[in-house]
Amino acid sequence: MGGKILLANIEIPGIRDFDVYRAHGGYSAVERALREMTASQVSTEVTRSGLRGRGGAGFPTGLKWSFLDRKTEKPRYLVCNADESEPGTFKDRYLMHHLPHLLLEGIIISSYALGVKTSYIYIRGEFKYLVGILEKAIKEACQHGFLGDRILGTDFSLNIYVHPGAGAYICGEETALLESLEGKRGNPRIKPPFPAFKGLYGCPTVVNNVETLATVGPIISMGGEAYAKIGRGKSTGTKLISACGNINNPGVYEIEMGLPAEDFIYSPEYCGGIPNDKYLKAVIPGGSSVPILPADLILNTAKGEKRLMSYESMADGEFESGTMLGSGGFIVYDEDACIVRNTWNLTRFYRHESCGQCSPCREGTGWMEKVLSRIEHGLGKMSDIDLLVHVAKNIEGNTICPLGDAAAWPVASAIRHFRHEFEEHVLHPAEVLEKESRVVKNRRFTIFEGSLK
Amino acid sequence: MLKVTIDNIPVEVEDGTTILNAARKIGGNVVPPAMCYYSKLKGSGGKCRTCLVRVAQSSAKDPRPMPKLVASCSTPVQDGMVVQNLTSPEVIEARKGIVEFLLLNHPLDCPVCDQAGECDLQDLSFGYGMEETATEEERREYPVIDIGENIKLHMNRCILCYRCVYVADQLTDQRLHGVLYRGDVSEISTFIQNSVTNEFSGNVIDVCPVGALTDKTFRFKSRVWFLKPMNAHRECGKCSGKVAAWMFGSEIYRITGRKDQYGELETFICNECRFEKKESTDWVMEGPRHIKRQSVISSNHYEEMKEQSIIHPIEGTMEKKE
Amino acid sequence: MENSTIINHPQFKREGKILAFSSDILKKVHSLISRYPDGQQKSALLPVLHIAQEELGGFLSVDIMDYVASLLGIQPIEVYEVATFYSMFYLDKMGKYVIEVCRTGPCAISGGEQILAYLQEVLEVKTGETTPDGIFTLKEVECLGSCGTGPVMQINTEYYEKLTPGKIDKLLEDLREYASKDKTDDSTWVEKFC
Ligand SMILES: Cc1cc2nc3c(=O)[nH]c(=O)nc-3n(C[C@H](O)[C@H](O)[C@H](O)COP(=O)(O)O)c2cc1C
Ligand code: SF4
Ligand code: SF4
Ligand code: FES
Ligand code: FES
Repeated sequence: MGGKILLANIEIPGIRDFDVYRAHGGYSAVERALREMTASQVSTEVTRSGLRGRGGAGFPTGLKWSFLDRKTEKPRYLVCNADESEPGTFKDRYLMHHLPHLLLEGIIISSYALGVKTSYIYIRGEFKYLVGILEKAIKEACQHGFLGDRILGTDFSLNIYVHPGAGAYICGEETALLESLEGKRGNPRIKPPFPAFKGLYGCPTVVNNVETLATVGPIISMGGEAYAKIGRGKSTGTKLISACGNINNPGVYEIEMGLPAEDFIYSPEYCGGIPNDKYLKAVIPGGSSVPILPADLILNTAKGEKRLMSYESMADGEFESGTMLGSGGFIVYDEDACIVRNTWNLTRFYRHESCGQCSPCREGTGWMEKVLSRIEHGLGKMSDIDLLVHVAKNIEGNTICPLGDAAAWPVASAIRHFRHEFEEHVLHPAEVLEKESRVVKNRRFTIFEGSLK
Repeated sequence: MLKVTIDNIPVEVEDGTTILNAARKIGGNVVPPAMCYYSKLKGSGGKCRTCLVRVAQSSAKDPRPMPKLVASCSTPVQDGMVVQNLTSPEVIEARKGIVEFLLLNHPLDCPVCDQAGECDLQDLSFGYGMEETATEEERREYPVIDIGENIKLHMNRCILCYRCVYVADQLTDQRLHGVLYRGDVSEISTFIQNSVTNEFSGNVIDVCPVGALTDKTFRFKSRVWFLKPMNAHRECGKCSGKVAAWMFGSEIYRITGRKDQYGELETFICNECRFEKKESTDWVMEGPRHIKRQSVISSNHYEEMKEQSIIHPIEGTMEKKE
Repeated sequence: MENSTIINHPQFKREGKILAFSSDILKKVHSLISRYPDGQQKSALLPVLHIAQEELGGFLSVDIMDYVASLLGIQPIEVYEVATFYSMFYLDKMGKYVIEVCRTGPCAISGGEQILAYLQEVLEVKTGETTPDGIFTLKEVECLGSCGTGPVMQINTEYYEKLTPGKIDKLLEDLREYASKDKTDDSTWVEKFC
């Protein structure tokens, strides 16, 4: 289905190195943008392409760029969000590992469009090995005149620096990321003001995801309109999907937007179906923060239409029967998966990753984790299930940043679609625990054991 | 000037004013409770979420409601904005939820807490009918520690409003305490044995909305409502010297800054005034203070709220407090 | 690119030994600081803490944090606040190899829990503990961004994927050997930054 745009050259040996990348047409988009186009023409192409942010929210990139405050004298910044920590998501890592120059190209063109002279790549600290790869690529680009002063002999100068995080999912949230980049705790900022006006060091700032920026080069090469023809409706172009869980072929795939979810799951070209002839039970299609859907609803919407891999189709049915495309972290569960255990596991993640700044999320994530742990370990009560719904509802929408929602949705959706499993855990704990082959005997599960304090 | 309507009451405010401050301009029961915002501390607010309100109309130009409840302390008003505080059942519900969260790990030690009777959280929980928390979960426990010669930290009671951190940042030359760790194990601490001894450090006690930071020089511990607060002053080279002296008979039990109706200090005071001047001869007494604390109970609006069966006011609480 | 006006060279002592970066590393630290605008040297805190942890003993003791604070011209509490926030910074002595096993959803369904249990068994430690010989510390971490190749673990920020008990046996054996030769198979933060 459709040609590949981002991963077209990924099989070429040595494509990570500048020379090979360049020999295969690399950096021609930079040449084109800087030599033949004005900054605003570049922005226009991106707007025309219909590109939407690949970090999770799907916000139109061209529109985001148009908000950037261009009136002040202050410097402007472009920050590349390479914090990728959303469970189920590993596409940015793959992209940076194999195609660091594609990302740099995107950052250079975007910085040119935005009038940025300094750009930072904020990468999660665990990806230490990628820091070396990116630094090397930056050095190569500098040596060949694509970075540094007066790039390609034009007036445009740019420096890109890699900045490692140090283990905090919340630093993927763009304002927490900026705080962290300033050397502080990763506490999300209270908005307004938005980064477009007051971002890094109080200066106008754009934060974009790795994949979003990597797509800018190809858009300039092929033209925004041509890009917009790919995909479906307002979900233009292609999207990297990282697939994992109970599937035959876990990995990163570039799909054209609009591919039916069923094809993605079962086609040998992609996930290749469920191993051991098991049935599909549920899917979390956009990283752990989006609502889980049972098999029937991931294959078809409540209206009976085919569910497609696009922003709109995934959201069809809203919270009742829909979900979100999110970051494209596609997690598949087979018939043996225990939804309760999985929900508890994810809630523990959010508890661990909450910055602790605002009360609903700080207290609510811990509360949900405790209750879920109780249910999972056979100590739950029927009223605990409603308590979870109550707590999730009180978190949702009332927090500083969307991590609160991200913690509440998995719980609310799991109970909405799999309430019977929670009830089963409460009513027949011994049998359920027995059945769960995944429970490892004699292992203590506690949340902060040795990990944070 | 921008025109805003809060709970059907119109008010005009300057550009840049927050919804909370616009509400304070109206006064009375339209003012949302604020546990973390402190008008005299830059950057404060946004964290506790008790001040959430509903924006029914964003502005005259954009009549759409805002999709989520917003923190009134950190959302600037726009011309033609229509805000609902107590008139929105959604707001009341959400606020009850927030109070529940704040109480989740808050100890049930009001009877022995210095702050009882002047605690914002206590007011709030009475006001929203949550005086007994439903939770059966174990609460977080921290040891009580001294941070400095005259200040005690009961981390169990802290709601992480960050006010004391801003005080240290903005009033003192060196901050020695801060927020450590993250999530629901975050805590206020100095990390190492470190004594907070700046001349203005005592103000952390007054900005603390709960009884987490207390005055070790508070003499003969007593329920605050038995004490009579008097306006008093003295010549002080370091601060205004204008304080509230909490008296029992002719004896001074403790000195605090003077708090306004929103529980905020009129001026910050120095440690010498606060901790060292405990004799009535140290002070010129001006007379009793008559500031009503702003709380849901104190607002005479609660009859209305009772009709919506939301508030269970404890009768006479306010009398006790004065 | 040195920006020495904002840097002093404080010296901290621990157990009689002077605690400070070598001049080579200090040079690197200066160049890292110069990546951020003037007056924003605090921005270099995370990378410098990574380097400090690696070069000065494997964890961030109070004197190391104080040293970093003075290096960047910020207050010690600002460093404590940050060091306690991020899970990659250790505040206590760790083993030579810190094994961090991913425990998050996708890894859990591909066998991460069994891997953790296996490690607990063969190392005879619980999560958070260090083996008596001081070689291994076992930890749990959240999603390492490698969910397609789970179960995953990280040893001193090196990734090991698609784990099986057999692979782990081999790995532990190799690492024990490395440890006796006082080597790690991991390149340092300082080497990563060009
Ligand atoms: C809790 C949380 C975690 C996030 N993590 C990431 C992340 O790891 N990577 C990312 O690109 N965006 C992440 N985001 C989204 C960013 O806030 C931001 O929307 C995005 O970087 C914008 O880039 P885009 O418009 O190119 O998608 C996260 C958001 C939240 C609320
Ligand atoms: S929602 Fe959670 S992560 Fe976001 S600011 Fe609040 S406490 Fe921090
Ligand atoms: S100690 Fe008091 S002032 Fe400081 S954060 Fe806690 S509640 Fe707020
Ligand atoms: S007072 Fe507004 S959020 Fe705390
Ligand atoms: S869940 Fe283990 S790497 Fe993502």
